[in-house]
Amino acid sequence: MNTVLFRTVQTDRSEASAQTVSFDFEGRQLHAPKGITVAAALMQNQVLHFRDSPVSGQPRAPYCQMGVCFECLVQINGVQNRQSCMTTIEEGMVIRMQQGQTTFTVIQTGEEQ
Amino acid sequence: MNVAIIGAGPAGMVAATRLASRNHTVTVLDEQPQAGGQIWRNITGATTSLAGILGPDYAAGASVAGQFAASGARHLRGATVWDLTRERRLHYLHEGQTHTLTADAVILATGAMERPFPIPGWTLPGVMGAGAAQVLLKGSGTVPATPVVIAGCGPLLYLICWQYLRANVQIAAVLDTSSGRDIFQASPALLQGLAAVKDIRKGLSMINAIKEKKIPFYRGVQNLQVRGEASVRSISFEHQGQTHELETPLVLLHQGVVPNTQFTWLLRAAHDWSETGACWIPKADQWGRLHDLEGIYLAGDGQSIAGAQAAVTRGELAAMAVDAQLNPAQAASLDSRSQPLLSRLKKDMALRPFLDAAYMPKRENRIPQDDTIVCRCEEVTAGQIREFVRQGCMGPNQAKSFSRCGMGPCQGRMCGLTVTEVIADQLQIAQEQAGYYRIRAPLKPVTLAELAGASDSEF
Repeated sequence: MNTVLFRTVQTDRSEASAQTVSFDFEGRQLHAPKGITVAAALMQNQVLHFRDSPVSGQPRAPYCQMGVCFECLVQINGVQNRQSCMTTIEEGMVIRMQQGQTTFTVIQTGEEQ
Repeated sequence: MNVAIIGAGPAGMVAATRLASRNHTVTVLDEQPQAGGQIWRNITGATTSLAGILGPDYAAGASVAGQFAASGARHLRGATVWDLTRERRLHYLHEGQTHTLTADAVILATGAMERPFPIPGWTLPGVMGAGAAQVLLKGSGTVPATPVVIAGCGPLLYLICWQYLRANVQIAAVLDTSSGRDIFQASPALLQGLAAVKDIRKGLSMINAIKEKKIPFYRGVQNLQVRGEASVRSISFEHQGQTHELETPLVLLHQGVVPNTQFTWLLRAAHDWSETGACWIPKADQWGRLHDLEGIYLAGDGQSIAGAQAAVTRGELAAMAVDAQLNPAQAASLDSRSQPLLSRLKKDMALRPFLDAAYMPKRENRIPQDDTIVCRCEEVTAGQIREFVRQGCMGPNQAKSFSRCGMGPCQGRMCGLTVTEVIADQLQIAQEQAGYYRIRAPLKPVTLAELAGASDSEF
């Protein structure tokens, strides 16, 4: 997707917070204003494909921005199913898409005790 | 006495402020980092220029938020209540730990959510609620950088257009599903709404602002369909017998807001189906006291959609009733002391009958055609639900076991109303008879680690 879909609303320069945070999305280093949600931070970076649905693998993006639709689920710092519209972006966050159904990693196999 | 309030929007903040001034120990639990709810989201953090874009009704929230901040009520920011029992025991998640709190009274000030808008293509990236777009603007100062198509109906639809024009966002077209005839038919209700002449003028000036900018404005549109593969490419619709298709990467949908009933269904509270709102209304009295639930109250848009001003009044009414419950000395005079607030509430709600009638979402946008996805999480279509009904399915809970419909992460929030209406329509029965999903805790995802660290909390 090459089109610029979202931007920061122009506010007075004197008021605008110069503070930004940097974070990792799918291995890309991105930046966003401090204090906004993870969902908004991704959208300001023109990310609209947040996850693939578990049933048919269709691409999905945030729909409600207020914690009810669960379309914006991403993996944040290794924890899956985080509502990105309800989480504030933080410096150094590592964010991953959720691709379809989760598979579990078997850490250890062995006989039951 | 200990009072827990869920939600720090207009109703929650006002109730907390009043109860704290009556020397109750008040804890307000809210999921957002700042008070304000959705209507006044980020009210304490918004820059003056952002507040200017959002308009005077938004800026009015600052004084309510200021009084709340100074009230002495404890405000738990970023707290997610994921269970509430009929015995008023709350389980909530805060800073990575779950806690338990038992209150003498609980006020649910959990507000409203946008009504789902199930049309073909509504799951595509690039489609969002108009209310969602407003939340992005208020909370994150984020707006579309490309011309956007706004479709649906209701006051909020015009409001976001007006705000976008002030923020220099380009609107490609407004596709209004309501028609001039709807407004005409609703006009007798305006007689009751004359008390709200200020609101009428405000609405008209917003619509005029859209017209002045010469934005293509189609009224009475039908058969909305969003098209695209990986994301939105276009939206098609019928207008005066002609089919149109507009290319756009972004579509904002809106057809009103409905009470968020997740908590009241969890509590097994009684609900009525509102014909005028096409939604569920929890059974409660004028103070918000829930029917058959001792010490649990509703305040604000959760009672029925009435807007921020009414939510403030309802917050005061609920606070008065809670105070009367906890202070028996106050109980006898509750009726007489409530009269001024009840007449104010009547004024706050004067325009409601007109708005409900004029902007009732169209049947085709509530009860979709067979191939439209109803349950976004589990990708169940309206046609599949109709097929379950043909196989003997009598209500939403059975539809769940047929298909996992309503069992995904949103727990039916996005499909519940549609599923009830589709089943009731197919069986030709009342919505009450079709019923609703049995909602269970946890209402929000909780990790095992968060559960393992559970602790009791004190007021």
